[in-house]
Amino acid sequence: MITPRQISLAKAALFAASLLPFARLVLFAFTDRLGANPIEFITRNTGDWTLYFLCLTLSITPLRKLTGQHWLIRLRRMLGLFAFFYAALHFTTFLWFDHFFDVDEMLKDVVKRPFITVGFSAFVLLVPLAVTSTNGMVKRLGGKRWQLLHRLVYLIAALGILHFWWMKAGKNDFAQPILFGSIVAVLLLMRLWWNVLQPRLQRRRMQPAPVCGGLREQRLERK
Amino acid sequence: PKLPATRNAAFMVMDKPTSYKDATSYNNFYEFGTEKTDPVGAAGSLRTRPWTVAIEGEVRKPMTLDIDSLLKLAPLEERIYRLRCVEGWSMVIPWIGYSFSEIIKRVEPTGNAKYVEFTTLADRKQMPGLRSPVLEWPYVEGLRLDEASHPLTLLTLGMYGEVLPNQNGAPVRIVVPWKYGFKSAKSIVKIRFVKDQPKTAWNISAPQEYGFYSNVNPEVDHPRWSQASERRIGEDGFLKPKRKTLMFNGYSEVASLYTGMDLKKFY
Repeated sequence: MITPRQISLAKAALFAASLLPFARLVLFAFTDRLGANPIEFITRNTGDWTLYFLCLTLSITPLRKLTGQHWLIRLRRMLGLFAFFYAALHFTTFLWFDHFFDVDEMLKDVVKRPFITVGFSAFVLLVPLAVTSTNGMVKRLGGKRWQLLHRLVYLIAALGILHFWWMKAGKNDFAQPILFGSIVAVLLLMRLWWNVLQPRLQRRRMQPAPVCGGLREQRLERK
Repeated sequence: PKLPATRNAAFMVMDKPTSYKDATSYNNFYEFGTEKTDPVGAAGSLRTRPWTVAIEGEVRKPMTLDIDSLLKLAPLEERIYRLRCVEGWSMVIPWIGYSFSEIIKRVEPTGNAKYVEFTTLADRKQMPGLRSPVLEWPYVEGLRLDEASHPLTLLTLGMYGEVLPNQNGAPVRIVVPWKYGFKSAKSIVKIRFVKDQPKTAWNISAPQEYGFYSNVNPEVDHPRWSQASERRIGEDGFLKPKRKTLMFNGYSEVASLYTGMDLKKFY
């Protein structure tokens, strides 16, 4: 199977690949290739990459289940942290270039405009996940609690899609939000099937069908 | 091709004009795609000759003018106008054309004419964006007759000393500098003088976001963003913050058109 060395290599390759979109932005910035409205370009690009990385993070578990390649889980934290990295760039662009660090003005925007409210909430919710991503934090929280906390990513992904959807709504341009939304929906529905529906069906199958008379006896016995 | 015109000193803003490259590569022209970088690549398929504009409706002298007659109808002027997009960015563009009132004079609107409706070409063969249902095609825009008659309203045939590039609405468009850019219809094939307020493309698509008037107004927010400031393309961004948006985009001379109107209601 996969050796620890191969996993390290895979991680290194993934790390380098995940930095490429950022490197491209930097390169474009220094070679005047960000177009007529560089801030808009950066805002959109970092927003897109946040969604890509959220999707990639959410696809690890389904991929593991479908392929049996369980070592993939070792890549998930890095993907999640890159989602946070691009979200942080996205947010910083908004705070810096849209508001020039006028936090009051920014907060007004957050409160007044639903699509920003939603995007901002998603970003804020990502922070505790990033902070608790270390092995030490997993230990400190305990696996159960850590897992519960990190299920927030489902909500974050949904908020991210809604943010994108509302951003595009006025322009009636839903092709991309629908695409992203479908991908996230499929990734979440697979979990719903594996974690909730399938076990329930199996339990039902495992239980022997109760015989009419027997059932009554059982009830009587319990009393 | 070059398009000679005389500068009209009465219509020159002092702001620095946007670079030709930015003004011709960052366009909202959904007939050629919804991304602002789409039209520059896709608008090559637009055939701008022969081209005719039908002027009809509530007028005594309806007429159909081809592009050459439009070019000769009145002396061509160069005017430098600010252009404010509803998305929160702006440019400064040296347009070439003449006041739309020159057309109005010649077709003689009847007493029934209260509005002017501008229709953009909608030809699937030339305009790949029409396959997408983002808007109802053809693109229709409109002005109240007194807005259309205002000397600032420019029937536009060129920019930067040349005929209009396709992506900027060739061969003929309207420019209404105190309104958000989408009010200025591009590649016009029909101009109708009408009694009732025209149903305009963006208003049909999202009435709560885009009103009929759509005057540049820093005090009336778009539902999803503030209109108080704008980013001047090529100038504001990394080092300079966005600049304050001016009422009527700085064209205060149009204020009298709206005396007594609640501009929050008629946004």
